[in-house]
Amino acid sequence: MQPDEHDAGPARTATIEAFADTIIPGEKRSPGDRAIAGADSTGGAVAAGALELLEQPGGGLAEALDSLFYTLNDHAAGYAAKHGLVLDDDVPAFVALPFEHRTALVRELTAPEHPEKQMWVALALFSNMAFDSAAHISTAEALASRHPGLLTIGYFPPDADGLSRFPQYSYGRVLAPSHPQTTVTGDPA
Amino acid sequence: MTTATESTDVVVIGSGFGGAIAAYHFAAGGARVVVLERGPWLKAEEFEHDYKLGSSYTRVFDFVVGDGMSVLSGNCVGGGSVVYFATMPRAPRFVFERHGSIGRRMWPASISRDNLDPWYDRVAEALPVTRQSWDRVPYAGGLFAAACAHAGRTANPPPAAVDLDECVNCNWMMAGCRFDAKRSLLLNYLPAALAHGAGIRPLHEVQQLTRNDDGGYRVHYRIIDDEDYRILHESGAIDAKLVVLAAGAGATPVILQRSEAALGPMPHAVGRYFSGNGERLNTAVFDEDRVREVLGLSRPGGHAYAAYQIGRGPTVASWDRLDGRLPEYERFSLEQLYFPPGLGTILAQAPGAADPSWFGLPKKEMLRRWQSWLTIFTMSEDDNEGVFGPPPETGNAHRLSMQMLGDGPLRYRPTPNTWRGWSLADAEVKDILERDGLARVAPWTNDLVGAYTVHPLASCRIGDDPATSALDDRHELRGHPGIFVTDGSAVPGALTVNPALTIAALAERAMPGMVRAAQERGVAVRYGAPAPGAGTAARVATAQTA
Ligand SMILES: Cc1cc2nc3c(=O)[nH]c(=O)nc-3n(C[C@H](O)[C@H](O)[C@H](O)COP(=O)(O)OP(=O)(O)OC[C@H]3O[C@@H](n4cnc5c(N)ncnc54)[C@H](O)[C@@H]3O)c2cc1C
Repeated sequence: MQPDEHDAGPARTATIEAFADTIIPGEKRSPGDRAIAGADSTGGAVAAGALELLEQPGGGLAEALDSLFYTLNDHAAGYAAKHGLVLDDDVPAFVALPFEHRTALVRELTAPEHPEKQMWVALALFSNMAFDSAAHISTAEALASRHPGLLTIGYFPPDADGLSRFPQYSYGRVLAPSHPQTTVTGDPA
Repeated sequence: MTTATESTDVVVIGSGFGGAIAAYHFAAGGARVVVLERGPWLKAEEFEHDYKLGSSYTRVFDFVVGDGMSVLSGNCVGGGSVVYFATMPRAPRFVFERHGSIGRRMWPASISRDNLDPWYDRVAEALPVTRQSWDRVPYAGGLFAAACAHAGRTANPPPAAVDLDECVNCNWMMAGCRFDAKRSLLLNYLPAALAHGAGIRPLHEVQQLTRNDDGGYRVHYRIIDDEDYRILHESGAIDAKLVVLAAGAGATPVILQRSEAALGPMPHAVGRYFSGNGERLNTAVFDEDRVREVLGLSRPGGHAYAAYQIGRGPTVASWDRLDGRLPEYERFSLEQLYFPPGLGTILAQAPGAADPSWFGLPKKEMLRRWQSWLTIFTMSEDDNEGVFGPPPETGNAHRLSMQMLGDGPLRYRPTPNTWRGWSLADAEVKDILERDGLARVAPWTNDLVGAYTVHPLASCRIGDDPATSALDDRHELRGHPGIFVTDGSAVPGALTVNPALTIAALAERAMPGMVRAAQERGVAVRYGAPAPGAGTAARVATAQTA
């Protein structure tokens, strides 16, 4: 399907979601979900809020999303042609790619020699950031709403005042011999 | 809109280690001092524990992606001291004898570890820096130490500028210390400079210098929007008899390059010989059962480790390879380190995973075990191979995000020498951590944002040879009298350990000469102020060390 102006909204969303899902894969929101490939059984970058983060004007990528959407689908169509894949044209080309091919294409786009590398790395960076640090909402809010990324990494929640403190923090004993050349100030000689 | 030009005795550009120390001594000696700082001015109660874009965490950082090298630095009053981990070792003796890429001693003949030690002492007293003790090493440091010992290695808690009585081990120290436990410059040199009448102006980004007829300089700045740093407001200028450039090794050469049209040719070494301090990161994922069985470690709650989030940055280092008898490029230190999510996870590669190993399913699997991660930081001897391209229109990068993220002109292609150090260190880390199935480990990928440094150095370095150093051994810019550089860009090369104490000691060392230069320009100023808070700092430091 070649996106036109009328359906650019949903198609754009699906394409960017599919990219984010390739970075940190998640479970499908419904059986008919096409953007999320469903490669994993818990929430991934999309559920973590990748789209919300990417669309924040402060992030710096929001304005580029339109062109990323077109370019990514062009690359996907080219990739499919090169690999002899016939893509279902109900959805944008990248969305139509099976998960392992999305992965292979993202690998190509983010490789050091790719001329557009910087753009795709930035998109990957933000997709990842939505997952592991929920940079689009406050951390307290993310923890309260059981943000899938912070939950997955096992992030310890803060105290009631929103600040982290760990009164137990040390094995409390000497665990290695010090370097023999250590000076009285504790420095390397 | 442009405001009227003011004038003062000394303008200091940047308020990190180099800038704060210069501002303090000039102000305490009686000079009129203005500090221009591009970032905001935050206090302890404003440092949030929040990853949200736009929170204090993103406001105080600058992450510039270059071609082959990315640089993370502070962007606030206090500079890197606000975001740093406060690990403050002195550089080992052999570092000062290094030859590096120029084939002969790269440090000025007048500097050695022995004659820098008194200046190290001064800074250690001012912050203060104390020797840390084993009984208060957080779990992650303890785990690294135990693994080192198990592999027949030594390990040390390095000196740190952290007041452990105030520290709550929240590991948010990269976002500024909420509890004022971390001794940043906001607690010593900067308040002391203010007390002596220095003016500190946040959100003032210096763009270039021009020369005045009286031999002094005009410093041109733009005001930065306090929320969206992509937006620049009015411009202004201040005339000064003497200028101290201390914008950090990623920014100082850019200001000088941009000033070249007005000031005349810069020394060849401006914007060249950049070093990333030979930095390299490895992330290990530990097997909790093996930690218990092999290392005999456990913590309350039944865990062996699973405590990556708890602590305070690096607390244990291994100095076995800081051996001056080894050939150059084969010496390095290893340091246990915490990197918070967001900045610290995307570059980690899932150990043993087929390409791609930095994203996709194996990476998600690795993220599930995040609390069992350990990051090991290598500081080795690189080859000073970084070069800055033409400066961007403003600042030192083209800003992408409203805060933090930008795209800069630095180009870095690691040489085989640099790679040798990295490869040896990677192998050493693997040998220590994978022994007896303790962990699986992989280095961070360089493919995404290049190598990655939090310790930029040497882009405008001191030295005796005008062909390879931009500054003489008094930190004065060759051919441009009255411009001094005191930040990390002046350090000649990689230090094999964390650099802030060395940057600070060099700035202290440069002060008497800079004061003399100001006097020669008619500024009524004297040298000789004690370390800020000196009356008590030494006693506190001693009490904590005992
Ligand atoms: C996350 C992190 C952890 C670290 N941990 C440690 C550690 O544990 N131990 C250690 O020794 N070192 C550590 N460092 C490094 C240490 O912070 C730096 O080496 C040190 O701060 C460098 O001092 P400096 O004076 O060269 O520059 P900086 O401290 O970077 O100060 C430069 C200042 O200039 C400002 N500036 C830049 N451009 C302009 C301009 N155009 N106009 C006006 N102002 C400008 C910047 O905003 C900044 O405040 C760490 C760094 C980071 C980022």
